[in-house]
Amino acid sequence: MRRLSSLLIYAALVLVALAILMPVLWMVSVSFMPSGSANTYPPPWIPRHPTLVHYRELFTRLEIGRHLINSAIVSVSAAVLSVLVTSMAGYALAKLRFRGRQYLTGLLVAGMVVPAQVAMLPLFLLVKWFGLVNTFGGAIIPLAAPIFGIFLVRQYALSIPDALLDAARVDGASEFRIYRSIVLPAIRPVLITLAIFTFVAAWNDFMWPLIVLNDESRYTLPVALATLSGEHAQDAELMMAGAVLTVLPVLAVFFPLQRYYVQGILAGSVKG
Amino acid sequence: MTTERSTSRAAWLFLTPALVLIGVFFVLPVIASLLLSFTDFDIYAVADLRNARIVGVKNYGDLLHAPIFWTALRNTAFFAVVGGTLTMAAALAAALALAARRPFNGFFRTIYFTPFVLTVVAIAIMWRYLYHPRYGLLNYLLGLAGLGPIDFLGDPHWSMPAIIVLAVWRNFGYGMLIFIAGLQAIPAQLYEAAQLDGAGAWARFRHVTLPMLRPTFVFVGVITAIGFFQLFTEPYVLTQGGPLKSTLSVMLYMYEEGFRWWRIGHAAAVAVVFFLIVLFVTWLQLRLQRERTA
Repeated sequence: MRRLSSLLIYAALVLVALAILMPVLWMVSVSFMPSGSANTYPPPWIPRHPTLVHYRELFTRLEIGRHLINSAIVSVSAAVLSVLVTSMAGYALAKLRFRGRQYLTGLLVAGMVVPAQVAMLPLFLLVKWFGLVNTFGGAIIPLAAPIFGIFLVRQYALSIPDALLDAARVDGASEFRIYRSIVLPAIRPVLITLAIFTFVAAWNDFMWPLIVLNDESRYTLPVALATLSGEHAQDAELMMAGAVLTVLPVLAVFFPLQRYYVQGILAGSVKG
Repeated sequence: MTTERSTSRAAWLFLTPALVLIGVFFVLPVIASLLLSFTDFDIYAVADLRNARIVGVKNYGDLLHAPIFWTALRNTAFFAVVGGTLTMAAALAAALALAARRPFNGFFRTIYFTPFVLTVVAIAIMWRYLYHPRYGLLNYLLGLAGLGPIDFLGDPHWSMPAIIVLAVWRNFGYGMLIFIAGLQAIPAQLYEAAQLDGAGAWARFRHVTLPMLRPTFVFVGVITAIGFFQLFTEPYVLTQGGPLKSTLSVMLYMYEEGFRWWRIGHAAAVAVVFFLIVLFVTWLQLRLQRERTA
């Protein structure tokens, strides 16, 4: 009885997993089919004559390599910048005493309630005023100091023993030295979490880069892909190849480091 | 005493980069959004600020009388309520199946969660071909069951449900992870005590699991509702808000008003209304959580 029910559960789990994976597997499969062969009935599951022609076209005629590089620049710099900025701020909030700390913490919590889209229209005007429209700097700015990240670091940094920091102070270490040689190594896991979070968010981001990057040569991959899908709506195989290239880097980061990513999601939920 | 002064100075130095970035590029624009919503800021004002005039609450009045705004609001609310509920249900079901420490459960969790990290633009394009009225995989499967074909994205009755299915598929893994953490935090003694009292599986679920999971429920519900209210990319890529405005969302409307027609004052009013809705949902969360502890 017990074995039967657990067998049934496994069968259901496998079926659901296949249903969830089906769109993704189909996307990969179609991307290797010759042009036009996905538009047949019944729809083919696997390419009968696999080809790399769409990937080649994407990299040569459609210059998708440039958009890959743009996305990589934006995502990696956003990740590095957000780790630097939030590690300092989160540590200060957790471990350094100063007047107004509670007040500031409360203000930041309140800030988390406001969705980024509320700021977008004036942010565009501001970025334009700074001359940052059409620059990677403009695309990175809203991702550079995530309040969520500050609290993620703060939560983690609270566990650093005060005695350790005080001992370093007695030894005459400067505050910056303490941050660099004691705090940063101690909070390394949460910084990895944060870096992956920001990288994935920046890589997948669409609305803001769509607004701030107008010159096609600066488009990040999702913006380029959305534009391409308007012009090549009929080329199912080509578009699928573009979609595969877009999600591949995210998966390459997510799968080996998913433990860190999931920890970040759970840490965000505890605080509630 | 000097050390206390120096740590305080260090704290502010460490906080400065974050506070400057947040202040200039977040707090300032949020306040500016509110101010802009009381002006007729448009393309001429983008060129020269002096062309903007204060118009009071005219933008809000216009919104109230714009049927298209109500359509966007209704579509988004439908998406958030129906899509959010289905996402929660799927997330809870998956969590109940995967919370136990059984072999392969970690593997299944990873698969169920993966759609959540995929680029929305890419999966929207992928689903557009799945939904193809003639050659799409979904219509093929419906055909095997003797149904369809359905023009999912071309029929105003099906376009929003089609986007909801995509959204449930993409988002339920997130709720699942949090529900699993919530389930694993329920003390085993509670179940043992209930079993001793003769409670069956359903009674234990109803009287132990559900009440203990309540805070998790509130949290996932609010995050999902707020996230779903930000609907933008899926309709932008799949339907451009059509057909017949059936998938026009509040954010898509704001984007078009603001960045296509440059009616920034008007779009800012949309942003403020959107913010008020999010604020209301958050307030609801705080109330529900307080009721629990009271």
